[in-house]
Amino acid sequence: QAQDMPKFEIKGFDTTETPNTFEEITNYNNFYEFGTGKDDPARYAGSLTTDPWSVEIDGMVERPGSYGLGDILSKVDIDERIYRFRCVEAWSMVIPWNGFELNQLLDLAGVEPSAKYVRFETLYRPEEMPGQRRPILDWPYVEGLRLDEAMHPLTIMATGLYGQELPNQNGAPLRLVVPWKYGFKSIKSVVKITLTGEQPVNTWKAANHREYGFYSNVNPEVSHPRWSQATERRIGGGVFASRMATVKFNGYEEQVGALYKGMDLSKEY
Amino acid sequence: MDRLNRFARRIPTWPLYLGALIPPAWYFYAGVSGQLGVDPVKAMEHKIGLLGLQVLIASLCITPLRRYAGLNLIKFRRALGLIAFFYIVLHLLVWIVLDVQIPSQIIADIYKRPYITIGMAAFVLMIPLAATSYNAAIRRLGRNWRRLHWLVYPAVVLGGVHFVMLRKGWQLEPLLYLGGIALLLVLRLPSAARKRSRGVIPQQSRG
Repeated sequence: QAQDMPKFEIKGFDTTETPNTFEEITNYNNFYEFGTGKDDPARYAGSLTTDPWSVEIDGMVERPGSYGLGDILSKVDIDERIYRFRCVEAWSMVIPWNGFELNQLLDLAGVEPSAKYVRFETLYRPEEMPGQRRPILDWPYVEGLRLDEAMHPLTIMATGLYGQELPNQNGAPLRLVVPWKYGFKSIKSVVKITLTGEQPVNTWKAANHREYGFYSNVNPEVSHPRWSQATERRIGGGVFASRMATVKFNGYEEQVGALYKGMDLSKEY
Repeated sequence: MDRLNRFARRIPTWPLYLGALIPPAWYFYAGVSGQLGVDPVKAMEHKIGLLGLQVLIASLCITPLRRYAGLNLIKFRRALGLIAFFYIVLHLLVWIVLDVQIPSQIIADIYKRPYITIGMAAFVLMIPLAATSYNAAIRRLGRNWRRLHWLVYPAVVLGGVHFVMLRKGWQLEPLLYLGGIALLLVLRLPSAARKRSRGVIPQQSRG
């Protein structure tokens, strides 16, 4: 069986591929706060209270403080983005997100010139997030981006899916989406954003730095120590679907390749 | 317990072999008909692999059940071993044919990815066991048959380690399996030491 060469274009922000179904996107999730099984989040995330919700923005910003979700949403432009989504486990989907560019939120808080990185934190609420009662990861979940990655117009905070409110298992009410990086970078249910001068230590890197780096850009040439990243299985293809070739930066090389000029991506993985 | 043992003696082993066909047939049907979720290949691969490990572990329960509970199920041990091997072959086939698909990547995975190397080693160790599971081989190999079949211990340990390693992070479920395997091996330790010191090989049972 030959590997299918992906046939898609990125037109504006959207891929021309057919999105996965709502059913697929909401029933196959990695959200270890609700359990490690792919169907655990769909089963257990219903208990999460997402209203009221606010995001603490602190660190190197001009206007630190607690930003209410409603307040944020009244000041940003919600857009639909049909993004490719590639998990580090070598499966992928196409997802029609609704959300706004992260740079809009960062502008609300006013990033100081000394800031170089953005650190994100997921809600820690073990009474509603049963997975957090076990030390599978060092809770709360933390992710990070370099400031230029965070300001890139492809980087969004998603608030919805298929025009509907974001389901809890997908990271309600507010999650990061960085389409050229492995899925675990797209941190869910964000409650805290910190602008900092130091590279944040993201949770998966802290758990196993040999397997998960800070950048985690989709890259078929750099293997995960336990499996190849050269190909992926597109969810929804059924039992007899062929694997697809994985594309560098998940197909967004034209848009983001310049961010990594001169870097050795096999070392900065 | 005697009644249980008498009852067990009356049950033939062939229904076990026949029944063993049901789970993989069901998984395949469920996968094709969309009842195994949105990633049916992984679901089939993992379910059949886990089933193989479970049956292999069950086959290791037979000796301690006899020793500590007096329950004699030894006539079912060969069937359990062969069924476990059958499931592991299917697990491997799903991985090769439906999951990875690309021959060069399959070969690269086997020698480059430790958890796959380990799983593969466990499978390779089981081949001579399956190949010598018929009565004539048991007779021909004599006491060497028993020595050869000690390979089941490294095989099941490697299987358990394979399960732990394929998950992201240290997850509870595979660690429980590995703990169970360790317990089953420890239960064998004292008597093994006793036998070795006496130099006596107990009579081989042929069930």
